[in-house]
Amino acid sequence: MNESPEGSDPLAQHRVEILSMDPLILRDRYEIEYRHSYAQDTPFFLGLSKGELLGSRCTQCRYFYATPRRHCMECGHATTWERLPTTARIHTFTVCYYGSERFLKETPYVLILVEFEGVNTLFLSRLKGVDPEQVRIGMPVRPRFAKEPTYTVTDVWFEPIEQG
Amino acid sequence: MRPVYLISGGVTKFAKAHPEKDFRLMVKEAYDYALRDIPALTPDMIDGAVGSYFSDHFTRQLKAASMVQDYLGLCPKPSKRIEGGGATGGLCLQSAWEAIASGRMECCVAFGFETMSRVSTWKGNEFIALASDTNFDFPIGGFYTGYYAMMVQRHMYEFGTTVEQMAMVSVKNHINALYNPYAQKAKRLTIEQVRQAPMVATPLTMEDICTMSDGAAVCILASERIASRVCDRPVHITGVGSGSDTMRMADRPHGKVLLLPHEQESDYATLRYPGVHSFRGGRMAAKLAYHMAGIQDPREELSFIELHDAYTSSEIQTYEDLGLCKYGEGGSFVESGIPFMPGIDYGLSLPQQGRLPVNPSGGLLACGHPVGATGLMQAVFALWQLQGAIEKHLGNGMLQVSRPRRGLIHSHAGTGTYITVTILEAVT
Ligand SMILES: [Zn+2]
Repeated sequence: MNESPEGSDPLAQHRVEILSMDPLILRDRYEIEYRHSYAQDTPFFLGLSKGELLGSRCTQCRYFYATPRRHCMECGHATTWERLPTTARIHTFTVCYYGSERFLKETPYVLILVEFEGVNTLFLSRLKGVDPEQVRIGMPVRPRFAKEPTYTVTDVWFEPIEQG
Repeated sequence: MRPVYLISGGVTKFAKAHPEKDFRLMVKEAYDYALRDIPALTPDMIDGAVGSYFSDHFTRQLKAASMVQDYLGLCPKPSKRIEGGGATGGLCLQSAWEAIASGRMECCVAFGFETMSRVSTWKGNEFIALASDTNFDFPIGGFYTGYYAMMVQRHMYEFGTTVEQMAMVSVKNHINALYNPYAQKAKRLTIEQVRQAPMVATPLTMEDICTMSDGAAVCILASERIASRVCDRPVHITGVGSGSDTMRMADRPHGKVLLLPHEQESDYATLRYPGVHSFRGGRMAAKLAYHMAGIQDPREELSFIELHDAYTSSEIQTYEDLGLCKYGEGGSFVESGIPFMPGIDYGLSLPQQGRLPVNPSGGLLACGHPVGATGLMQAVFALWQLQGAIEKHLGNGMLQVSRPRRGLIHSHAGTGTYITVTILEAVT
């Protein structure tokens, strides 16, 4: 936090910036710092840091989720962590030329939903290392992992598997 | 449960920005309009209110509905805030319906608003994207247009839906809005212009997507006792339904279709449902609302529909969820001309034009989408349709559906996480 002549009152640290006098419009900011816990989904993020993509398998009905889910939606029983296959296909995709403010600088970027053989649900990720024009539903892809983990879901992304 | 009536409504002009009015004043304008339409209703007859707005971030104010409650002079009467993403307005209307149906209130105000102009468009998109799973979806590149684009890419892959069919929805809704002075973005468009607009997320262009708005809407609901005393043409709410689906699109199952009364299992022998191509929560909402209203075949028993067309693609997907056509036929449904208004020139060849108008108001695509107001705006337009009062309120009768008997309104949140369907009927 910057030193300010007004002292430690956080509200006083805003310099007034007037955008309009009638109606009176001021520039205003609002920031929050969290101690965000992944709680029961922690093993998924630790898995990414070790180059492992973990799904959730129901111990009772065997339903296999491609996303972290400590309890089964189908029957309510606990799940166990199970590695997802290392090859997959694009279930659907889009190329984003605009985005939320946070991601505008990354445009154009490719979002994909990934389908894995033998897994009941899908996984949302980025597709990298491809000409956006060439992306197709059904295209084979494999996960890649960040060397320096950020402990967010962006520690995994997908790339096309070379055909040939 | 006892009968519930919609007896009046008001809407502000939806606009990109109303910097000279805050949310309290916007709601007050819509509220006063609604009160003027039924002068026999006095404030002492109102038992309470339900408020609707989506985002505390947009408002930069928590518990903003309390500030509306006092601005309208409704303290100390009962009040609460309903929040359900894009379906906030539809859920608010149904909450007011519950208050009357249960006998808890005789007359209840449902008010909704959003002020989206106080941040930039892309910051606004970020606020909306925070209504997706912030651990698993948002960090990937959270952007609702991107999510809907992925859904319709799969719809196109499964069913052969085309971008031109989607563009027809944009043409229809923007041209309808030329006759709706409350709309934000009325204009004459062609399929080519929709496709040549800047690409946002393939295949959705700027003209396939609704815009952010400032606006407010108010509905007043009442029991039969109050309605018959203060309103010449009350509208009976005969069906309410709602549904839900998983927050993460990735978690949607691939199973069997939830069937409506006019469908058979054999219609969908090979379809894996809902996947990400269809909205199971919308189908559930329709099924419950049709059951309550006694509707066997919505294609024959509805006069018009106001549905949540945040994207041209979601209008096509919603035709199918509501059973206006079979799953997979949404694209050919719009080509048939059935959901267009009769008597308006769209510059398109429409063999069955106007059989069942969808979004005569212009929908979200053209009216705008001030989230908390949107579902209530649909109810107000449906009320005016069923009262035969479109000309009175819009200043022209071009969008008046001829002798409407029954209307459907549909409000939708997230990637289909909450959806409401409400059926309204003219009282004869
Ligand atoms: Zn299970």
